[in-house]
Amino acid sequence: MIDIAPPRSGLVRFERPSALNFLGYALGLVVIVWCLAGAGFSLDKVASAPPRFADFAQRAFPPNLEPQVLARLGWKMVETLQTAVAGAVIGVILSVPVALLAAKGLIAGPWVNQIVRTALSFIRAVPDIAWALVFVVAVGLGPFAGMLAIVIDTIGFCGRFFADDMEATDKGPAESLTATGARKLDVVACATIPGSLPAFISTSLFALEKAVRSSTILGLVGAGGIGIELKVGFDLFDYPTAMTVILMIAIVVIGIEQISGWARTRIIGEQR
Amino acid sequence: MSVRCIRTPATLSSITSSVTDLSLKERTVAPAPSKPTGAAFAPVSPVDIEARAVSKNFADTPIFSDVSFRLARGEATALVGANGTGKSTLLRCLMGLIPTTDGSVHLLGQQIDAATGRQMRGLRAQVGLVSQKHNLVPRLSVLSNVVHGMLGKHPGLRHWSHSLAPQSSRDAAMQALERVGLADYANRRADRLSGGQSQRVAIARAIVSAPKILFADEPCASLDPSAGEDVMELFFQLVRDEDVTVVFTSHNIAHALKYGDRVLGLAQGRIKLDATSASLDTADLRGLYD
Ligand SMILES: Nc1ncnc2c1ncn2[C@@H]1O[C@H](COP(=O)(O)OP(=O)(O)OP(=O)(O)O)[C@@H](O)[C@H]1O
Ligand SMILES: [Mg+2]
Repeated sequence: MIDIAPPRSGLVRFERPSALNFLGYALGLVVIVWCLAGAGFSLDKVASAPPRFADFAQRAFPPNLEPQVLARLGWKMVETLQTAVAGAVIGVILSVPVALLAAKGLIAGPWVNQIVRTALSFIRAVPDIAWALVFVVAVGLGPFAGMLAIVIDTIGFCGRFFADDMEATDKGPAESLTATGARKLDVVACATIPGSLPAFISTSLFALEKAVRSSTILGLVGAGGIGIELKVGFDLFDYPTAMTVILMIAIVVIGIEQISGWARTRIIGEQR
Repeated sequence: MSVRCIRTPATLSSITSSVTDLSLKERTVAPAPSKPTGAAFAPVSPVDIEARAVSKNFADTPIFSDVSFRLARGEATALVGANGTGKSTLLRCLMGLIPTTDGSVHLLGQQIDAATGRQMRGLRAQVGLVSQKHNLVPRLSVLSNVVHGMLGKHPGLRHWSHSLAPQSSRDAAMQALERVGLADYANRRADRLSGGQSQRVAIARAIVSAPKILFADEPCASLDPSAGEDVMELFFQLVRDEDVTVVFTSHNIAHALKYGDRVLGLAQGRIKLDATSASLDTADLRGLYD
């Protein structure tokens, strides 16, 4: 049975791990089962899903490729990308000063670092779609609300990672510029930021990918972009059009990932 | 075996102080030597750098302790010692880049741990540092890196990059590059230089603001013998013509003896050697590495 005597040495602990381990595994299993129950897991539904899915696929294919539908969706996609790019660019620019305050030992003291980092965690903890809802309330329906949501989301992401990037760059150049009598701000501008630039670019490209993915879905809550077409398609049981939207989103997101990967190697890969 | 040459400031200052005891007049009429060398003449030339019982620990590891010396203006001092004895650390303590554990450092007559941030920047603007690792900012041009050397005297945006810098600063930077023989490389990116080239750019950055004190941490480590001689000659010229106080570290015993007026030797966490180079020979310095 379970030996509750305290282990006498490290060796004893290693000989009898089973009781505690067993308890751990059992607990893990209980938690998983509990989660499945919470998720409404049902074998019946799993069994009935394939025929229903097949039915959907049958009704959705072929996707709607009518020229005027494609044109409308195409323009909607352009608006989506405009929202994403504008939001990501503004977000990245605003992230730099925020990250300067968040990075330890740069220009702000530990209290400011902690407060800014906590605020950034909060921003990241709130999902992009929730930010979009908030901005729809604040500035009304439309792509501007979506852009603001992407700006905030990008600050939460880039503010944190830019700060980490700056903390991780070689401190040598900054020390040497400090030795010239330069002010902190000058040292940061001349040594820390140029030193972190490749990492900044890489992080910004990830932010752009993330922004494009978000922007395609923010339309669901009325924050502009192609997402609204997806919702309308499903609401009106116009599955072929919905399928066209899904395929367009997939193509654009994959395309952006490819371009961003290419840009990353072009800009950073050429350096040592 | 460690060498201890008793020609230290302590001995001489005790002589001078006993002289002062007699009368101030006698001290001022004390015969001045024709060629001032060594700390012996600290009362004549102002003391630019003074370390008083400086100790440095990293966490709980002592690196050196009770390091004291006074270096007079226009004096070249070679700081020697085996790898890891704390030469670079000592130089960083002297510039206030890292705090000392104990003791105090005075630069140009000012105690640095008592200085405010602004005073410290003012002091550093008059001091040049060539780091052992060069520490150039990668991705920026060589010229921008040299222009950065003027940030202490000219803070702000205009010295962030060579393209923003005023013509006078760009000229000064080009002149500094010419002195280290790299004028042709002004537009090269700093991370595309050879080791020796980047070392010379670091030297240009340190001398561009015409410092009163120059700390050079192994300035010739990456240089070929001829470039090394050129750089040492340049320092020699700064000392003689512009009265700059130079402290350089070197593993080149010949350089230390030839270009240093004075040699400070670190070993086992102490100053084990403090003497004019004239009074030393190669064997004395070799003793430090045993
Ligand atoms: N930031 C640091 N934290 C902890 N230990 C350090 C740090 N910097 C240096 N040291 C240690 O302090 C000692 C002295 O280092 P330092 O770089 O000053 O030596 P050095 O005399 O310049 O050697 P070298 O001739 O190799 O340049 C070394 O043992 C090193 O490991
Ligand atoms: Mg060193």
